[in-house]
Amino acid sequence: MTRRLLPHPGLSALLAGMWMVMVNDLTVGTLFFGLVVGVAVPIFTAPWWPGRPRVRFLPALAYAALVVRDIVVANVEVAAIILFKRNRDLRPVWLTIPLELSSPEAITVFAGTISLTPGTVSADLSACGKFLLVHALHASDPAGEIAKVKARYEVRLKEIFHA
Amino acid sequence: MSGAVPFAELLAAALIVLGAGFALVGSWGLVRLPSLMERLHAPTKATTLGLGAMLAGSVVWFQLVKGEWTTHELLVPVFLFVTAPIAANMIAKVHLHALRSGDASAPAGPAGAPPPPPGRADWATHEAPHQGTPCDFEGDERR
Repeated sequence: MTRRLLPHPGLSALLAGMWMVMVNDLTVGTLFFGLVVGVAVPIFTAPWWPGRPRVRFLPALAYAALVVRDIVVANVEVAAIILFKRNRDLRPVWLTIPLELSSPEAITVFAGTISLTPGTVSADLSACGKFLLVHALHASDPAGEIAKVKARYEVRLKEIFHA
Repeated sequence: MSGAVPFAELLAAALIVLGAGFALVGSWGLVRLPSLMERLHAPTKATTLGLGAMLAGSVVWFQLVKGEWTTHELLVPVFLFVTAPIAANMIAKVHLHALRSGDASAPAGPAGAPPPPPGRADWATHEAPHQGTPCDFEGDERR
């Protein structure tokens, strides 16, 4: 019964929270309507969310903080490259990152993180889902770059998604 | 009112100028970097902080000058962080496709064409994943 009413409790909480933030108001009325939205949307969209990924919330919050911090650092680094590095000194390379993550949600978060953080954009996934194609704006040591990304994000994501 | 307002306005102004500066750098990167894949880096990153700083300026101004809490601004970067990588990924995939099909208007750029993944499977742009997609590469335990 709870399973049918609340197929995705995390999504429901997220939607209710988003609703409150969007209405920019903290009253019983908005909270009630936020909860209505939070319950109704997952029920109506349940066919498109067949699995329920198990997520550890505290490590996920820590991960989000780490990513926000890295986004700021990434911005400064990329800005420095744009402003001060001549095109002929730039070493753009393709990186093929072997994935240890297997769930689609985890791979999506990993690819998104890579796109938002220092000098890398994820471009493609191999058809078998075991390799990620990443373009690096400037990497003089491609193997080191791959190891860094895996150690910094993938290890944490494995913990968050119980992989 | 006195004392706090000039400080708040200074802080908001500084954040907006910082944000505009980053947005400008991002646009400049779009112009000067050598090819499409490098150019993709400028708008996915430099502009994120630009927008973030401008929105922080907005929150500070409404909070300290108008005395109201606003939270809308927090949602904008959330949506941006969710959509920016997807847009970048789509552009990259179109580029890969154009490269593979030999479109003359899509030069490979300094990084060259992307290497194929190890094993027999291709990148998902060129080969749709399906049941039993071959994945036999050196070190795969399912081999």
